[in-house]
Amino acid sequence: MFMIFGIPGPLLFGQLLLGLINGAFYAMLSLGLAVIFGLLNIINFAHGSLFMVGAFVAWMLLEYFGIGYWPSLILAPLIVGAFGLVLEKTIISRLYKLDHLYGLLLTFGLALIIEGLFRNYYGSSGMPYRIPSALQGAVNLGFMFMPIYRGWVVLAAAVMCLATWVVIEKTRIGATLRAATENAALVQAFGVNVPRLVTLTYAGGVALAAFAGVLAAPIYSVNPNMGSNFIIVVFAVVVIGGMGSILGSILTGFGLGILEGLCKVFYPQGSATVIFVVMVIVLLARPTGLFGKAA
Amino acid sequence: MLGFPRAQGVALLILVAAIIFSPGVLYPVFLMKVLCFALFACAFNLLIGYVGLLSFGHAAFFGMGAYVTAWTAKNWGLWPEAAIVLGGLTGAGLGVVTGWIAIRRQGIYFAMITLALSQMVYFFTLQAPFTGGEDGIQQVPRGYLFGFLSLQSDMMMYWVTALIFIAGFLLIYRIVHSPFGQVLKAIRENEPRAISLGYRVDDYKLIAFVLSTFIAGIAGGTKSIVFGIATLTDVHWSMSGEVVLMTLLGGLGTIFGPVVGALIVTAMENYLAQFGAWVTVTQGVIFVACVLAFRRGVVGEIGAKLKLAL
Repeated sequence: MFMIFGIPGPLLFGQLLLGLINGAFYAMLSLGLAVIFGLLNIINFAHGSLFMVGAFVAWMLLEYFGIGYWPSLILAPLIVGAFGLVLEKTIISRLYKLDHLYGLLLTFGLALIIEGLFRNYYGSSGMPYRIPSALQGAVNLGFMFMPIYRGWVVLAAAVMCLATWVVIEKTRIGATLRAATENAALVQAFGVNVPRLVTLTYAGGVALAAFAGVLAAPIYSVNPNMGSNFIIVVFAVVVIGGMGSILGSILTGFGLGILEGLCKVFYPQGSATVIFVVMVIVLLARPTGLFGKAA
Repeated sequence: MLGFPRAQGVALLILVAAIIFSPGVLYPVFLMKVLCFALFACAFNLLIGYVGLLSFGHAAFFGMGAYVTAWTAKNWGLWPEAAIVLGGLTGAGLGVVTGWIAIRRQGIYFAMITLALSQMVYFFTLQAPFTGGEDGIQQVPRGYLFGFLSLQSDMMMYWVTALIFIAGFLLIYRIVHSPFGQVLKAIRENEPRAISLGYRVDDYKLIAFVLSTFIAGIAGGTKSIVFGIATLTDVHWSMSGEVVLMTLLGGLGTIFGPVVGALIVTAMENYLAQFGAWVTVTQGVIFVACVLAFRRGVVGEIGAKLKLAL
């Protein structure tokens, strides 16, 4: 066994991989939050709950309909996205003229409702979700054994993040979206249906969260609290990265996940709080966040 | 009446009368819980209602106050009033640091930062040796007030809790209606303008934040003495959510709203406790209903009907 900084290599790489996986979830969730905030000016507190719902939908599809992992990967985001569509249309859209804080309070209430309902029917102990057969097992990379599923999660998340980036930065609809973020009234004057764009953006953001939820299902046990555990850390990630840049959100998410993984190796007691500590340092040094624009 | 506008004076008399006479009808332990949370909610309201700062991490100050009071009362045998004051000072000390960091950002970011910092406090209490981890600190003695007045009986404890609540309530009333409070309201209404008038807005915000966290710590400490226990629930983010709910339901920026909100929410939790997770669902529904349908809250709506500031 070889050592790096006095730490066994496999341990170090194992924790790095775990960190990378957490980072992948931070990246996908903070990306969705940032896109939604950009256009709706609402911090979606329910984002974590919808991530959890994504995992639960995958579990239910398997349990009640025998629909496996691969179709779920597409179906669950569609279902949750449709749910987000309804939420936005019926409830959230009433808030746009109010102080942003009301959006936070409302979505916090939604998060309580969703989590409460799931806890009521499924308890808080968690359901196992099997890794799909094609991704079981591990490969020997020479310096460590990597469970294939974990590698897949990092890969899928990275591809998804990049795809989102491409859509927002390089396509026509993305350009419209960015324009509406800058000045919605002007874009509407050009004949774009901004309310519909807003609805679709919200649906897209939560679908991304649900996709992350399905990826997470086989790794963490599917339980009603999995979202709220994540969302507070993701808030810190968003504060650190600043919500100005898509690529910034992705990099910050992955970077902080890796940092957390490293912390588990070198100073385990601090691993739960390291991201918050980074947040404090960033706030002191650069209050607008690493990639944020000055307000 | 004592410098109060008439409507508020009358409302205050009603409140005091309710505090004096309700132990005849309701269980004192329940009432003490209401009073502790009412004080906590009033402290929170000082920020959201009068400075416009939404702190989503107030459980940290309440909970750390509760822990320090419980620990000092149990391990040092400190008199309860001294332990509670220490709890308040802990809240204030933590408030200085948190406030200093968080007021660098406004609005939604302020809420997220306070939430993240309180989560850090939560992990600290989970791991620190003196907090007893998952068990919390249990069997905290109520002790003797000023060394001789036993608080063992619930009624005696109730009067002391009531006095602490009224003192805290009047302190907040005084702060809100002082020249300092007027500046706070100016910041809430129009921050750039307050800056242009030469006020050092950040200093005002920080002082208000620390006052609020001090009172939150007092509320948490009192709760520890009353129930003899300080646990992770006190520092958990759901506690922060609960105090937001109480204040929102009672009426943001009303003097009496948080008290009414605390009463309703605590009563609801008491009576719905047997239904488990439905409590959370109900809380969520109240949140949504308040934000969508009546943002002024119970007291705010009553005040608007009667055309009075309550």
